[in-house]
Amino acid sequence: MDTNRLIDALAADNASVAAPMSRVWWIAVLVAVLLAGAVFFTMLGPRADFTEATYTPRFLFKFVVTLALSATAIVCTIALARPGASTRTASWMLLSAPALLAIAIVAEVAAVPQNQLQSQWLGTNALLCLTFIPLIGVGPLSVMLFALKRGAPTHPALSGAIAGLVAGGIAATFYAAHCSDDSPLFVGSWYSLAVLQLVALGAVAGKFFLRW
Amino acid sequence: MDGKQDAELSRLLKAALLGDEVAYAEFLRVAAGLVRGFASARITQGAVDPEDIVQETLLAVHLKRHTWRDDLPVGPWLFAIARFKLVDAFRKVGRRRMEVPLGDTFDVAAPDPAEATSDREMSRILGSLAPGQRAVVSAISVEGNSIREAAQVLDMSEGAVRVALHRGLSAIAKRFGQT
Repeated sequence: MDTNRLIDALAADNASVAAPMSRVWWIAVLVAVLLAGAVFFTMLGPRADFTEATYTPRFLFKFVVTLALSATAIVCTIALARPGASTRTASWMLLSAPALLAIAIVAEVAAVPQNQLQSQWLGTNALLCLTFIPLIGVGPLSVMLFALKRGAPTHPALSGAIAGLVAGGIAATFYAAHCSDDSPLFVGSWYSLAVLQLVALGAVAGKFFLRW
Repeated sequence: MDGKQDAELSRLLKAALLGDEVAYAEFLRVAAGLVRGFASARITQGAVDPEDIVQETLLAVHLKRHTWRDDLPVGPWLFAIARFKLVDAFRKVGRRRMEVPLGDTFDVAAPDPAEATSDREMSRILGSLAPGQRAVVSAISVEGNSIREAAQVLDMSEGAVRVALHRGLSAIAKRFGQT
């Protein structure tokens, strides 16, 4: 095939151009949240003392972290879907959730008596956390991967991994409403491990699914 | 590629995205030259044909042009796609640790290769398409017909030709990605 002829063919196909990515992302995030919510409310639901818990800073702080993770990961994903886009700012912003968590952990270790630290860390429901965050997050991950596929990610595995972070953040936000372990130590270890499962899954899925 | 060249190229693509077919063809021609220069400079052994990279990149540009933001330079966007396709081509022929510096950009444009060849990767993939799509894509990109001429030759409506053309191009891109 002669390149000039190919150009003629592409020009002849000019009328068909895909929808702008901004619309894709809005829809994707909305559907992801709805999917996660559906799974969460069907399988778990908020903890019984939810209203009382919202008066405790530790409980609310969990959401600060998970929402920060979700938002910064979404920004990162959007950048990764555009060839040539700079991901430097987005990458730095990703550190905000871990940074917040680290500060909280330091405060916790300083404030909580030594003999209680371990029980706070291990918590009562680590297994539930490790099971349900990935379960709630699988739907959102799929949605974000489909959205990425509409884009042009030049680092497929990495993009999939960050999509896993988005899914993890959204799933963790819902799960935090059920979870009765509010210690930053617990969140920092078990929630992180759970989210990492989604990150790993996203990376593998991205590597094969995000080809273009 | 300097600021002025980028501005001109951006103008062409912007017009193309608003429906200007002539501007789009011109954009693709300039882009082809830039990608050709880029690929030729980085292909030192014979395992990959630069013109295959040009064609694959143009097709990718075509299908992903909605990812360019018109308030940003077009050079880095185009370069990133070309680089992505080149690295992938090297991976397919087994060259593992190929390094194309990320901060690189286009240097010099290179003109069309003199000989028209039929053993292009894209020609090969075209042959594996479904007959309907193959006929349409072939009529336009090999025989050089316009949409109207292809519609007459193939006894189809122009609308059907457009649809088949787009699907055929998408199918070719998908097969490129699968090899």
